[in-house]
Amino acid sequence: MHRVAVLGDKDSIYCFAALGLEIYPTEDPNAAVETIRKMANQDYAVIFITEALAEKIQDEIDRYRDRMEPAIILIPGVVGNTGMGLLNVKRAVEKAVGSDILN
Amino acid sequence: MAVLNVNPTRMELTNLKRKLVTALRGHKLLKDKRDELMRQFLELVRENKALRIEVENAIKQANNNMALARSVMQNEVLDVALMMPKQQMQLEIEKKNVMSVLIPKYKAKFKTSDKNDIYSYGYAFTSSDLDDSIKALSDILPKMLRLAEVEKSCQLMAAEIEKTRRRVNALEHIMIPQYQETIKYITMKLDENERSNTTRLMKVKDMMLAEALQGSR
Repeated sequence: MHRVAVLGDKDSIYCFAALGLEIYPTEDPNAAVETIRKMANQDYAVIFITEALAEKIQDEIDRYRDRMEPAIILIPGVVGNTGMGLLNVKRAVEKAVGSDILN
Repeated sequence: MAVLNVNPTRMELTNLKRKLVTALRGHKLLKDKRDELMRQFLELVRENKALRIEVENAIKQANNNMALARSVMQNEVLDVALMMPKQQMQLEIEKKNVMSVLIPKYKAKFKTSDKNDIYSYGYAFTSSDLDDSIKALSDILPKMLRLAEVEKSCQLMAAEIEKTRRRVNALEHIMIPQYQETIKYITMKLDENERSNTTRLMKVKDMMLAEALQGSR
């Protein structure tokens, strides 16, 4: 059985606890990197992370792009949508096709 | 185009011809693989984009409700309300093989089947905005999991497509022309040897004839 975690500032992710996801409130990039590393070695299948936090640890997230587990998925936080999630989709298209053809 | 550094012998020629056939076959197969991967990738990535927009809007809505809830409730009350969740979710991963790329399929398992177990608090001290917020998130959760599935698949497939494309290009523009050039070079060289051999034999024959004529006189 695999677990699902949510990472980000407390206000953005607190509600997910009620749904049965595990929440790890943090705003510190270093702490987040450490948590993700720990999760990657355990049985976490999906990690939702707020865009605001993801922006600061882009390198760490990119390390898991080509791996099956964990899938790190960006979600918007309370501060609003930064468009980074869609940017990541665009990046995947660019990697595969050579240029962004979805517009 | 560079010719491979090989001896122009008949054996090398046979070897190279065999290699060329393999390379051509590999090129065709890889090209088919790339095209099919690309087709499936584009389908997935379109779904990914649509899902992402939908999920982001829903979460934004839930966050708005949450902000309202936070404004009318004390922080401590909110903390206590969400401190001990009743529901617990776990995932089962199934792996699906698409053109040699393993993509995940998630299946959610909940600890309790009661839909109302997402509300881990009594309703007395909490605002209804909190209920709305949690309900909205709970409704979008299946979509979020599907998004995770699709987005991961896209990432994995993008990597595989890139790899396959490199291989196809390497075969098409480097390996195959190189083999063809080298085969041509060896054929020419062997033909040239053949011709020079014939000329030499003719020359020797002429010399021997001349010698025999002189001897008989």
